[in-house]
Amino acid sequence: MNNKRNNQQVSRREALRRGVLGTAGLVFGSRIIVGDARAAALTTSAKPALKAKAKSVIQIFLWGGMSHNDTLDPKPDAGSEYMGEFGKAIETNVKGIRLQELWVNMAKQADKYSIIRSMTHRNNGHETAAYLMQTGHPPGERISYPSVGAVFAYSKRNEYKGMIPPYVVMLSANGRFSEEGFLGPKYKPFSTGGDPNASRFEVEGVVAKGITDDRQKARRELLANMDTMGKTMAASPAMVASEAAKKEAYELILGAGKDVFDLSKEKNDLRDKYGRNTFGQECLAARRMVEAGVPYINISFPGGWDTHSNHFATMRRQVPMLDQGLAMLLQDLHDRGLLESTLVWCTGEFGRGPKVDYQPPWNGGRNHYGNVFSVIVAGGGFKGGAVVGSSDAQGQEVKDRPVYPVDLLGTIYQLAGIDTKSKLPHPEGLDAFVLPEVGPKVKSGGLLTEII
Amino acid sequence: MRLNLTNWMITPALAALLFSAAMATAAEGVYESNTLPVPQTAIDKAVFAKLAQLNIRPALCSDAVFVRRAYLDVLGILPTAQEAKDFIRNADIANKRRILIDKLLERPEFADYWAMRWSDVLRIKAEFPVNLWPNAAQAYHRWIRASLAENKPYDQFARELLTSSGSNFRVGPANFYRASASRSPDGLASVVALTFMGMRTDKWPANLLTGVSAFFAQVGYKPTSEWKEEVVFWDPIGASTVRANIAPGRDAIASTNPPPVATLPTTLPPQAATFPDGKQIKLPPNKDPREVFADWLITPNNPWFNRAIVNRVWYWLLGRGIIHEPDDIRPDNPPSNPALLAYLEKELVASRYNLKHIYRLILNSQTYQLSSVPRYKGPEAEANFATYPLRRLDAEVLIDVINTITGTTDLYTSAIPEPFTYIPENMPAIGIADGSISSPFLTLFGRTARATGMENERDNLPQASQWRHMLNSSHIARKIEQGPKLRELIDPTRKPSENIEALYLTFLSRFPTQSELQTAEAYGNFPAMTEALSAKSGSKSKAAPKAATAARQAAFQRQREAWTDITWSLINNSEFLYRH
Repeated sequence: MNNKRNNQQVSRREALRRGVLGTAGLVFGSRIIVGDARAAALTTSAKPALKAKAKSVIQIFLWGGMSHNDTLDPKPDAGSEYMGEFGKAIETNVKGIRLQELWVNMAKQADKYSIIRSMTHRNNGHETAAYLMQTGHPPGERISYPSVGAVFAYSKRNEYKGMIPPYVVMLSANGRFSEEGFLGPKYKPFSTGGDPNASRFEVEGVVAKGITDDRQKARRELLANMDTMGKTMAASPAMVASEAAKKEAYELILGAGKDVFDLSKEKNDLRDKYGRNTFGQECLAARRMVEAGVPYINISFPGGWDTHSNHFATMRRQVPMLDQGLAMLLQDLHDRGLLESTLVWCTGEFGRGPKVDYQPPWNGGRNHYGNVFSVIVAGGGFKGGAVVGSSDAQGQEVKDRPVYPVDLLGTIYQLAGIDTKSKLPHPEGLDAFVLPEVGPKVKSGGLLTEII
Repeated sequence: MRLNLTNWMITPALAALLFSAAMATAAEGVYESNTLPVPQTAIDKAVFAKLAQLNIRPALCSDAVFVRRAYLDVLGILPTAQEAKDFIRNADIANKRRILIDKLLERPEFADYWAMRWSDVLRIKAEFPVNLWPNAAQAYHRWIRASLAENKPYDQFARELLTSSGSNFRVGPANFYRASASRSPDGLASVVALTFMGMRTDKWPANLLTGVSAFFAQVGYKPTSEWKEEVVFWDPIGASTVRANIAPGRDAIASTNPPPVATLPTTLPPQAATFPDGKQIKLPPNKDPREVFADWLITPNNPWFNRAIVNRVWYWLLGRGIIHEPDDIRPDNPPSNPALLAYLEKELVASRYNLKHIYRLILNSQTYQLSSVPRYKGPEAEANFATYPLRRLDAEVLIDVINTITGTTDLYTSAIPEPFTYIPENMPAIGIADGSISSPFLTLFGRTARATGMENERDNLPQASQWRHMLNSSHIARKIEQGPKLRELIDPTRKPSENIEALYLTFLSRFPTQSELQTAEAYGNFPAMTEALSAKSGSKSKAAPKAATAARQAAFQRQREAWTDITWSLINNSEFLYRH
């Protein structure tokens, strides 16, 4: 099947059918080679560009998978077999929307975000589920697709000219499924490292420990003088490319770009409101990057949600941080008039089993669960104060309006003006599109038109 | 100056080129030999004939360049300072390159390095998308490494890969048919064509692929009761396509509820098959069709088999295939030098598939030993090997040489923690069997994901993010500032110029030039610092001893920083980062 799909004839016909054979047709015809494929401006669509409402995206990824019952989809009537230690739900500032009891700050912001309570993909493996949620493509194909952030970096490469890389991950990438797939290292997320809650946010490769700007400059000059081969062979294409990349690196190391990461420029009380913990300050740093125009920022929650055991204690520790930081982020974006143009979404790769597992070795834990779980979406064209779909009385299955990964990602892409049918440059020239077509292996419940 | 002026019009652009070339002459002396290349071997006769047609007069690389190049290309390591020095000073000009090549080909690192290359081609990766599983990845890699260490003839190597059956944990080459994201007959045929014929089946007519895939339609897979163990076997009746037909292990039975009912598949695999050359055959019922295919492929007069491997070895050593890319061989992608390719094919067969013989021929050629100073640009010059191409060190090689020089290590892990993935602390990146085991550095610097087995899956194009990492990351800074071997290298009791020389030999495998020495010494301002450090506290003032101590400490600090910066400028030097 793959081979048929990769046949050039088919790809051309398919492209015609898809109506994307604009200038791209020339590219198909001449089969450009790898290096060029990555560098060339592969025109993706002959259709007029979609109107982008979301200029930046902040994704909060809850690696490990956060329980839906204990957070955004509480089932107080389901009993302790399902709810464990958390039996209570609290009202929010939107009538009819209730959250689990620890979400006190988000309860005050419910008008700014919507909750999808019928997210589903039925996949219970961390990696495969993360791949689904980060790419929209079914796992197990010959091609490994880039994550949504890398697709943003690629799609916005002609618009976004900022010094900070277009796809930033704080603090480090969630394994290879938040990464660049076949797009190559150029679209790899920039992992900041460091800790924004420390006295200085030492961003890896940008703000070096113990090296002043003067010393940076002296070093740069020394290197230029010592680089005998670079000078002798300056005409070689390899050296030209290398020098261009080095110059770009120095724009961030010695330029003004790095000020974005200097959180000491923010007022102390605002920093307090975000929460003086790593996640809270990551949210603040994300807002600063949004102001700098960075297209895609991924906050990988500092701490896992894979709570097979010790579940309730972990929730009590982590949820308040998530609640405070996220609520303040929405508030702050709103106060600065940035929420309209900034899309925020928050979910893990799946939810967790609705039924608490009291058997050893779990002793009150929850296991992987992809049948139904919840997602928060806000801003960038998403309406607030709504709930999409629902799960059944225990949170075991989708009750109505299933939302599949292609529906969620498709809506995010649409709001950002990215055509999901556009072709991505595969190094072998294989047909690879932003999202797969709906079919037997790719289910869809439709785009989230009810909340845009 | 080797420009052929008689054939050139002196244009302003050329004048500028001549001027810059004249300016660079001193530096070229570092990189080029004074001896003019004279074609002696058959390789050189074929290559130089083409270069003469293009009016290209190539130059040979210097001894210092050669020793570094040979170590990197043959073993994926740098010569030690001593090895570099000994080679450069060796007066046996006529023989020393040949002797070095012979020595390098026999070093144990040879198998380590080339096992990595073969593991790229054969996609050794425990997890997604290949899913060999950890224990199998190790077994497969062990078999490859051992095959290379004994210099197993290539025909035998290929036949074992093509025809092996058995447990993925016990029979290394049986993993060949498992290391593919698609195990359909089409998928396996594509892997075989890519690996042994350097061909991409998506460029074949569709009916040819169907015909060839019949040879691989009887490959069966069955589990055992060992976790993730799988047996590859000849399955002529397609029994393993029905889960109930195979003999599952205890665990597989336990997880099947209700017990399976065995039924044979309604369709048997096709009995007619087509060889890639279009010849049709009826598959004999008493022979594994993989054997039939191997018998056709692996013969001295099958040009596809021989051509693909000599072209690949040439690509590995010279950065560009005679047919380029080396895994895109097809009638409409002709070799840039047919005579050269034919010669290498002939030598391969004559040597009974001794790959080291091919390595030796190429490494000893003047073509391989040309300078990398770019005088002749354009696709023609490149396709005809006018200069040795500049290539950034591969991710694994780069981090290994940095770790060796500094005396530090990196941590390699798999995103999927499983048994068997424990990596000893001092394991070089080259030695990692499993492509699922990685580090942020390796992925940043474009190590192949081993998803496709294509050579171009490795990405060595320079990126700003890579430069930020080299120039400014804590990872590299820690190695420079705290690397124990590096600290031994900078000996405060020696003259600064001796330390600089040691650093140059270690990092760049050559002696510094006079001007490089001066630049480094001026940056360090060493005489002033030596004075500050040796200042006597013989002053009369009471405050003086304290002040002198503070001044000494400051000078000590400045001196340390200066050495750090000089080392940093060598680690970030193009000459260090690139094969040249």
